[in-house]
Amino acid sequence: MIYLDNSATTQPRKEVLETFVKVNEQFYANPASIHRMGNQAEDLLEGARTQIRQILNMDQVVFTSGGTESNNLALIGAAKAYRHRGKHIITAVTEHPAVLNPLAVLEEQGFEITRLPVDETGAISLNELNNALRSDTILVSLMHVNNEIGTVHPIADVKKLLAGTRTLLHVDAVQSVGKLELPLGAMPDLLTVSGHKIHGLKGSGILAFNQVELQPVLYGGGQEFGLRSGTVAVPQAVAFAKALRLAEPRMEFADWNRELRAFFAGFTGVKIISPETAASHILAVAVKGMKGEVLVSGLQQESVIVSTSSACSSKSKETSHVIEAVGVPRGYKEGVIRISFGAFTQAGDIAALKTAFERVYRLIK
Amino acid sequence: MKTKQVLVRYGELSTKGKNRSSFIGRLRDNVRQMFADLKTVRVKAERDRMFILADDEREMEQVLERLPNVFGIQSFSPVTEAELNFEAMKRAAIAVVSKLDRDNKSFKVSVKRPFKEFSHEKPEITQEIGSHVLRSFPELSVQMKHPDIELKVEIREEAAYMMAEVIEGAGGLPVGAGGKALLMLSGGIDSPVAGYHMLKRGVRLELIHFFSPPYTNDRAKEKVYDLAEKLSQFGSSVTLHIIPFTKLQQEVHKQVPDNITMTSTRRMMMRVADLVLAETKSQAIITGESLGQVASQTLESLHAINAVTNTPVLRPLIAIDKLDIIETAQRIGTYDISIRPYEDCCTIFTPANPKTKPKLEKVEFYENFVSFDELIQEAADQRETIKFPRVKEAKFENLL
Repeated sequence: MIYLDNSATTQPRKEVLETFVKVNEQFYANPASIHRMGNQAEDLLEGARTQIRQILNMDQVVFTSGGTESNNLALIGAAKAYRHRGKHIITAVTEHPAVLNPLAVLEEQGFEITRLPVDETGAISLNELNNALRSDTILVSLMHVNNEIGTVHPIADVKKLLAGTRTLLHVDAVQSVGKLELPLGAMPDLLTVSGHKIHGLKGSGILAFNQVELQPVLYGGGQEFGLRSGTVAVPQAVAFAKALRLAEPRMEFADWNRELRAFFAGFTGVKIISPETAASHILAVAVKGMKGEVLVSGLQQESVIVSTSSACSSKSKETSHVIEAVGVPRGYKEGVIRISFGAFTQAGDIAALKTAFERVYRLIK
Repeated sequence: MKTKQVLVRYGELSTKGKNRSSFIGRLRDNVRQMFADLKTVRVKAERDRMFILADDEREMEQVLERLPNVFGIQSFSPVTEAELNFEAMKRAAIAVVSKLDRDNKSFKVSVKRPFKEFSHEKPEITQEIGSHVLRSFPELSVQMKHPDIELKVEIREEAAYMMAEVIEGAGGLPVGAGGKALLMLSGGIDSPVAGYHMLKRGVRLELIHFFSPPYTNDRAKEKVYDLAEKLSQFGSSVTLHIIPFTKLQQEVHKQVPDNITMTSTRRMMMRVADLVLAETKSQAIITGESLGQVASQTLESLHAINAVTNTPVLRPLIAIDKLDIIETAQRIGTYDISIRPYEDCCTIFTPANPKTKPKLEKVEFYENFVSFDELIQEAADQRETIKFPRVKEAKFENLL
């Protein structure tokens, strides 16, 4: 199988799996235990935390079960902690459900949520963001790279815009870490990263932050500075640190992206949905009058794995909110597929996709 | 235009007459030792000032980061280098001044010109650079006497050197200039602060810690390691002696009534310390005792404890308020380590009602039934010795 669905999840690296197994074998003690084995597990856990902090250039790191939990902790945790300061939060309409849905819950609880519109490239307007800012805006939450079409939000510019205000910036970087360079000099106040999107393990993620007050979402034994109760999954945490260290943007992504854009431009009934400025590891295209599911299963028969716009929404009947928001024309809306590269993608995979697509296109058109 | 050197001004050692050159030598050695891991760093000590040079930018950053901790330094200034032409010198001048707080500040340029072949005279250089800076920063006003900002320019054959920023140093005397003493390091808040004060007076430290497994655990020991590491950041390495104290402590517990075990335990510590002191050629014992803090720190108690030794026992915190001690601990970075919640050997076996006014004769009477000499000698002999700063080992390397 040729796996081109790396934005849904990635294959764990061998080194990461080895670490995971070894830590489970040798350092399985509870890091909160006071005996020597516990101390060793704690030292290892703290080593992992330090490594992640240094790579991301952030002050603090809390281990979670993944991107969704990190986003919940960032949004609900900051909202609870700063509610005395204000109850206004800004986000964009194209965010992941793991951001939009916690915000919807906060809205029910009396917070006011501004959801910025996007243009046909999926971009927000900095001007509109500026106009939406108020003295009671406690938080702006934007994803770095859109998971469905690859639009890159200008995090460094937003950070600059917020400089001098007390508004915090949360960035969901689940789709960008390891794929493009982070603005290390202009990191946000809160940062979400998921393990399984960087060739690590499912069930692992982090929320990194700089001098931010947070309230927990989970309550219990007070682990992770009281922010994330529950026995810390040391093997997952260490595997995450390793996956992050090995994660590195690849130059080939841009070449392959160009190659595929040129290829799809040759079909009259195919529309490229991802804007030119999008991150190069995600390419969404749509075929006129065809259903995305049919394309996915057609390509699968040719041994190529891609997805409809996103794995989360691929099983629901409705068109994805991102596809709606960027105004994909009727006729194309339902036929969106997403091709996404990862660390193990090879040039041959791109060629195979091209051959497979040609066949499927001819067959069902 | 780069910062490749730092000018260091000496602290009070400038006034030390005949000993001056030995003080300067000591400071130079301490600075060298502190930067031993930085390959491009060189130290040039002159009679009135010291230069620290680094070719590598990152190493220079490290120098500037560590230097504020070194005792014996009054202040220091990063020196910016520029080519010998007005264009380059002006650019460098702007770079130097732009780093400073300029709001409502007065300013002047002073020029030295040891390189007489330079094609411009002093007044012209002053005028050129001064007016350029003032044009760029209109918030500055000129003042010739005691200006807030003095941009010093020195024209040498190889380059023009400029500096304006004056960064405050740690003051005090270079560590080692005041001899060597043995600090009783418990792991609490006070003893590292006591050590810090003595370091500042130029005293080199040996550290002694009493370890009572299984009553105290590895984490308590690590805490002491971390404190020792901190105390080794002020211009001189330290050696930590870990004394296995369990047997002695149990014996005390068996021999003397509960309400005076604390006094007696501390007397045992003093006696062990005295042995280590002799072996390490230290000249005094330092403790973090502060009058009235706890039962063991009353004058009666100090009297009873002190009676076992003729060695000077220095107690730099004796009259310092707890809140001031905490403030110092926070400033020097030992507080967060000290408050980690692990038992130390003083907190175990703590009787419910320790005597705040133990009588020396009584304590001596109870201790008389057995000889502690052997156990004391054994504790000192079996000590573990570790030097700080430690070479960092890459732990868990293949896992992370």
